[in-house]
Amino acid sequence: MKQTAIIGIGMTKIDAQKPRDTFADMAWEAVTRALTDAGIGFDDIDNVITTSNDFWDGRTISCMAVGDASGVRHKNVSCVEGDGTFGAFYGLCRILSGAYGTTLVTAHSKGSESVSSLITNAAFDPLTDRALGLDALTAAAIQAGMYMHRTGTTPEEAALVSVKNHRNARHNPYAQLPMDIDVEDVLASEVIADPLHKLDCSPVSDGCCAIVLASEERTRKIGRKPVWIKGVAFYSDAYYLGDRNLAEAPALVKAAQSAYAQAGISNPASEIQVAEVYDAFGFQELMWIEAMGLCGSERAGTLLASGRFGIQDRLAVNPSGGLLSGHPVIAAGLIRMTEVVRQLRGEAGAYQVDDARIGLAHGINGICGQSHCVWVLGSEQ
Amino acid sequence: MQNEPLIIESGDVCQPFRYAVGSYGSVFLKELKETCRFMGIRCPKCRKVFVPPRRVCGECLVEMTDFVEVGPLGRIATFTILRYAFIDPETGEQKPVPYGYGFIRLDGADTLFQHYIDIQDESRIRIGARVEPVFADRRKASVRDVLYFRVIDETA
Amino acid sequence: MGKRRVAIVGTGQTLHRSHRPDVNGQELIHEAVRLALADAGLTIADIDAIVIGNMDHFEGINAVDCWSVDGTGGTMKPVIKLTTGGTTGSTLAIGGVHLVASGMFDRVLIVGWEKNSESDTTGAITTAFDPVWDRLVFAGAISGLAAEAQAYMARYGATDRDAARVAVRDRRHACNNPHAQLHKPITIEDVLASPMLADPIHLLDVCPRTDGACAVIMACEGVAERLAPVPDWIWATANRHTYTYLGDVNWGELDSMSEAAQELFAKADIREPRKQIDVIELYQPYSFAGIIWIEDMGLVERGKGAEYIWSGATDMGGELPINPSGGVIACNPIGATGLIRCAEAALQIMGKAEARQVPDAKVAVSTGFGGCMWTDMLLHGRNKPDF
Repeated sequence: MKQTAIIGIGMTKIDAQKPRDTFADMAWEAVTRALTDAGIGFDDIDNVITTSNDFWDGRTISCMAVGDASGVRHKNVSCVEGDGTFGAFYGLCRILSGAYGTTLVTAHSKGSESVSSLITNAAFDPLTDRALGLDALTAAAIQAGMYMHRTGTTPEEAALVSVKNHRNARHNPYAQLPMDIDVEDVLASEVIADPLHKLDCSPVSDGCCAIVLASEERTRKIGRKPVWIKGVAFYSDAYYLGDRNLAEAPALVKAAQSAYAQAGISNPASEIQVAEVYDAFGFQELMWIEAMGLCGSERAGTLLASGRFGIQDRLAVNPSGGLLSGHPVIAAGLIRMTEVVRQLRGEAGAYQVDDARIGLAHGINGICGQSHCVWVLGSEQ
Repeated sequence: MQNEPLIIESGDVCQPFRYAVGSYGSVFLKELKETCRFMGIRCPKCRKVFVPPRRVCGECLVEMTDFVEVGPLGRIATFTILRYAFIDPETGEQKPVPYGYGFIRLDGADTLFQHYIDIQDESRIRIGARVEPVFADRRKASVRDVLYFRVIDETA
Repeated sequence: MGKRRVAIVGTGQTLHRSHRPDVNGQELIHEAVRLALADAGLTIADIDAIVIGNMDHFEGINAVDCWSVDGTGGTMKPVIKLTTGGTTGSTLAIGGVHLVASGMFDRVLIVGWEKNSESDTTGAITTAFDPVWDRLVFAGAISGLAAEAQAYMARYGATDRDAARVAVRDRRHACNNPHAQLHKPITIEDVLASPMLADPIHLLDVCPRTDGACAVIMACEGVAERLAPVPDWIWATANRHTYTYLGDVNWGELDSMSEAAQELFAKADIREPRKQIDVIELYQPYSFAGIIWIEDMGLVERGKGAEYIWSGATDMGGELPINPSGGVIACNPIGATGLIRCAEAALQIMGKAEARQVPDAKVAVSTGFGGCMWTDMLLHGRNKPDF
């Protein structure tokens, strides 16, 4: 893969709701921040990839809303429907193909504008499963039970993820839910769907993120603080919940292995210093860490309970606070990438991970993490 | 297999939404409701006036802050007359045909305002015809606070 | 710059029909996928990635990339969804080009599909437009097209008779295409006598509503030549999704087409399109577009579109046949339609277009249309691109 860098990042704050902002307003905020961060103007952007979801936006052709604000009028443009990590992948391909030197990638959603369970229920097959009334949360609850059964992970260990991430969020000015909580608080919070308590679950949020990708040649010309793309891959598991072993994440294993191979990483647990993973639910962070080979042969829950994965750890997981602290769907994965870029640049301020040189960002499409996209980024070429 | 009945699974899906109008659009709808005035916004660079007002000029890629009043009169920029029944998006009922629909260039605006056009006399509907808005008595801060536009002079 | 060349090596389409109650969505997709794999002489194991698209609210299924894997063969493969409304099909084709040209994948399966019979098509299209400004007084996709036609007619004096000649052409062409939904030729009088939907558009001027799927397989140079005796090389792509609000549109001139065509032709050194292009598959949802948009494309001067159509130049056997497949007026499974244009252009270049073959087609253009008067374009060629 030809050397390509992320040369600009920008995002809105993640909020429970943004009544003053339309999708376009959020896009403008994120895009202009990314351009300012990169030290470039719209003229330096060769093409644009927006990322959005028609169901979440309540709008077929959801990309239409952010066109003007993303500067697409006289440019080649396309739209990925899925998490921002997938949008960024296509944006990367448009540079690797030699067609463009820079790509602006945006990703947005406003979860506050709809009823999230109806939106995610719509991802279930109308002929078979939809009438059961499953949504992303109840399906995840089923997955949590299976995962905990397979691995012996306890509710306390899963709760610790929430404790860690909400506490981390206190240092992140963009996070929606900084909180000083402990395991008792999580387990005392309302049971939404057994075994998931309210504080085990990410909120539904509004937010938008934008990044600027650039080829090596353009990075040399206009990039001020590039972060290099070392490896990236995505894979989808089967669709029907009953066709999958929900306690495992084979698609994530495959995506991570492919990304590591591209990056020349043979021992991810020791070669990666920071990982921003898709913690829609606390237990999932543990599942994903294990599937991505970040904790050797041990259980992630055990390691977490022993004090691993904090901001000071040799492998910090979700030092930004993760999705548990603010979850604008679609933007979520692009924000993970943005947070890793901050870390690798040494710009993460109060939640900076020491000596961060290689980072991992992770995004998901589909119920119970059906489809995964893994990015490995590095501070050096 | 061939003669077995084919099953069609049917049902309605309801997806309720609360869309944020945003701070720019709110200026427009508030004026429309309270004073029956139309507000546009001017780009500081190209000087074009956009209706409805929005934050960014899509051409110049600069932020706009200069609200200006436009209309209420305007001219038909283009139009059509619907002759087949179409569901009224607001009521979910069929809108009786024929009815007019088109894009109005409000006085002072550079972009067009989409709305219904009254067609008491179809022969008066033409590009360039001068039109005026007809407002609802009870307004809700919606583009439907304007009931339709009607031709006041098709010869001008 | 050492760009990696990409070619279409196989295509597959369902027999598009107004209503396919015999298959569910995944089965519809699978029909096209199976045909494309067979056409390319590949199995699903040979496919490195899958790109899929449709317009969500037509089938009412969220995260179609995830839902469709049984139909596409995407389980444990990279699967990604692109969607841009009516332009989805061509957006998908452009996506496939970049995915292969990037070097990340050698063989990519592209799927566009729509089961329009399964939902309230009009309701879904209504949701495409801004909920606060454009949706509440929206009068259907046809109204926007009618507004365009009115604006053009006022400026250049074209008539609905001129437009009807375009519809007649496409419906006649469709008789040669087993995949097209509509197989009956029509006359100009038929068109003008058909019910007026929205002045000046008659029923027979516009596309039907269709269930259908299309699959296209793209491969990189080195692989493509082994898979297809005559691969269809993609020389260039260009698109513009120009406007965000309907009221911003420049009615009567398709700005997105003008800009995209200028870029596309410049990239491929097409200076005399009528001479250098052998066939066009134009995403033309209604007949007037066949007059207006060929001007925007730069084939003829402004105001000369109707004359060009009447000359027979765009009929089979003419100087520059347009829509040998019958185009959108004969068949419109929306999420597939743009990809079908691409597949039909590929069939022309590959010499596989059977009864609708334009003899010795070496250069073809396929387009997509949708959204807020947006345009996508691809340039196809029998020779390898010279970059």
